[in-house]
Amino acid sequence: MYLAVKGGEAAIDATHKLLSETRRGNVDVPELDCVQLREQMSLLIARVMNEGALYDPDLAALALKQAQGDVIEAAFLLRAYRTTLSRFGSSLPLDTAKMHIRRRVSATFKDLPGGQVLGSTYDYTHRLFDFSLTASGDRAEATVAPAPLSETMPRVLDILGAEDLIESETPEDGDPAPEDITRDPISFPAERAARLQSLTRGDEGFLLGLAYSVQRGYGHNHPFAGEIRVGDAAVCFAPEELGFEIELGDITLTECQMINQFTGSKNAPPQFTRGYGLVFGHNERKAMSMAVVDRALKTDKFGETPAYPAQQQEFVLYHSDAVEAAGFLEHLKLPHYVDFQGELELVRRMRAEQGGEPE
Amino acid sequence: MKSRHDPDYNYAYLDEATKRMIRRALLKAIAVPGYQVPFASREMPLARGWGTGGIQITAAIIGPEDTLKVIDQGADDTTNAISIRRFFARVTGVAETEDTRAASIIQTRHRIPEEPLQEGQILVYQVPLPEPLRKLVPSEQETRKMHAWAEYGPIYVRLYEDIAHSGHVTSTYSHPVIVNDRFLTCPTPIPKFDNPKMDMSPALQLFGAGREKRIYAIPPYTKVKSLDFEDHPFEVQRWDQPCALCGSDTSYLDEVIINDAGERMFVCSDSHYCESRRAQGHTGPQLEKAKAIHLAGAQT
Repeated sequence: MYLAVKGGEAAIDATHKLLSETRRGNVDVPELDCVQLREQMSLLIARVMNEGALYDPDLAALALKQAQGDVIEAAFLLRAYRTTLSRFGSSLPLDTAKMHIRRRVSATFKDLPGGQVLGSTYDYTHRLFDFSLTASGDRAEATVAPAPLSETMPRVLDILGAEDLIESETPEDGDPAPEDITRDPISFPAERAARLQSLTRGDEGFLLGLAYSVQRGYGHNHPFAGEIRVGDAAVCFAPEELGFEIELGDITLTECQMINQFTGSKNAPPQFTRGYGLVFGHNERKAMSMAVVDRALKTDKFGETPAYPAQQQEFVLYHSDAVEAAGFLEHLKLPHYVDFQGELELVRRMRAEQGGEPE
Repeated sequence: MKSRHDPDYNYAYLDEATKRMIRRALLKAIAVPGYQVPFASREMPLARGWGTGGIQITAAIIGPEDTLKVIDQGADDTTNAISIRRFFARVTGVAETEDTRAASIIQTRHRIPEEPLQEGQILVYQVPLPEPLRKLVPSEQETRKMHAWAEYGPIYVRLYEDIAHSGHVTSTYSHPVIVNDRFLTCPTPIPKFDNPKMDMSPALQLFGAGREKRIYAIPPYTKVKSLDFEDHPFEVQRWDQPCALCGSDTSYLDEVIINDAGERMFVCSDSHYCESRRAQGHTGPQLEKAKAIHLAGAQT
């Protein structure tokens, strides 16, 4: 039996109550604690912080709990909260060479200054279920290294750069402050700083798909992972009224530099070119995808003709934001009586004018 | 009366610097009618594509003395309209109304109220796709050039192709307009039925596209011309029956399926207009039947 819909107010109240019950699930099961999420779902927390564009593991944990684990919904909560924060300034550029390294690998050099540091990774695990985790699995104790890692760890691409074998990335004259896409809308062609910001906030799955397309033939670029590093970097800020810099704290970052072959063009000699990825938390897949797509987007710098989706700025930057994309897709759930009525009226009139019956 | 808003949030949610940025974009938009001004759209606690552009504009212009009406598809009582109105009630504490005449700001999705707007009123539109040339040219870089050169031939070609293929211009909503004899402008997804109400309107019309980061405006008493041809003049939708509830034969009607057999009823999409006509004693042919199925009558 169909009842015409009326009374949105009561419906909203009722659905909020139902949602609350659904979120909690079976009350005989202990409730999730945000701290547990933060500590034991740290890769997910990193993803939410990146797509939510806010570094705050505690809020990311709350967002995940509130969103029943829906990543995009959780990122959306962070973004909406981020909007309400006033900005008191920009940090100084982070020095990732001085990161406290937890993991650092290069696929281009077997060994290198500072060494390969595997750190904590699933790369070499066998993807078999560890059923002991269904009970309260015992955790293994980490082995303590005989000697601490070096305080500074040179970046692999700087080593190539010293030989002039790779595209240089020197700051422009006067080192202008980068565009901020949260304060100025992107205009096209977009400058690289704006592109990188968009990619960091972009949906991991979407960027992964684009990066895969570049590798697989839709962008003919099969790069090398020059370096992937994960660690903690200090965020420094220099308040105008103090005149000197102060350290605000450490954040965990994943950085990736991809090396691409390049045989030269009218404006550039043959050399390697680079793609760059930098994201919050431990999130290698995202940083790598970002680095591949970043290189693909450098078409104008190297006189390449953009021919594939990943090389087209507007395509990549306008469609990579999952929070925006989800909102527009999901608005289809809102009523469209008015538009649909217009269509219905037109179709009926056109059919009537055709004589009603098809031949 | 002093308004009271949730003290945990800044008045109207957005911080003051953001509101100033939006007001500047609005001033530019009003100064160049129909031109799309880029603005640094913010994330709002509502999904992109659900009206964040309109919400940001309303947040930037609303003050304690305002009276706010929010409609979605013409109705005050749809969930999205209520959700947005509740949001502003919480973060501004302003007076709310469903009465078109009593509102100083009307935020809308998809309709212009049937009641003629007055001087001093502001109609804020939630815009999904501000670029009327987007379907012709996917590139923002290209469409901005076309606007700069007023190169609007291709849109006429598209309308011509419609007529050549089907004998009609097939647009039913978002039918493009030329504002102030200069800018091709998207009238949001309002049905073309409402296009004529934009022309020389005494109210200020503001358009916000949050996800696409554009603001544009039509100042009061500005010429708005719907695109057409001399031999195929612009036409709006018509129904061959009046509103089932209030008997209006001039308003935009929604089709409502009323039972499992697919029986339907046509009713005003502008819920306040329909209710106020009924309060004045107008009755439609199926009002009693509608009351019986709770489609009209007792308010929730």
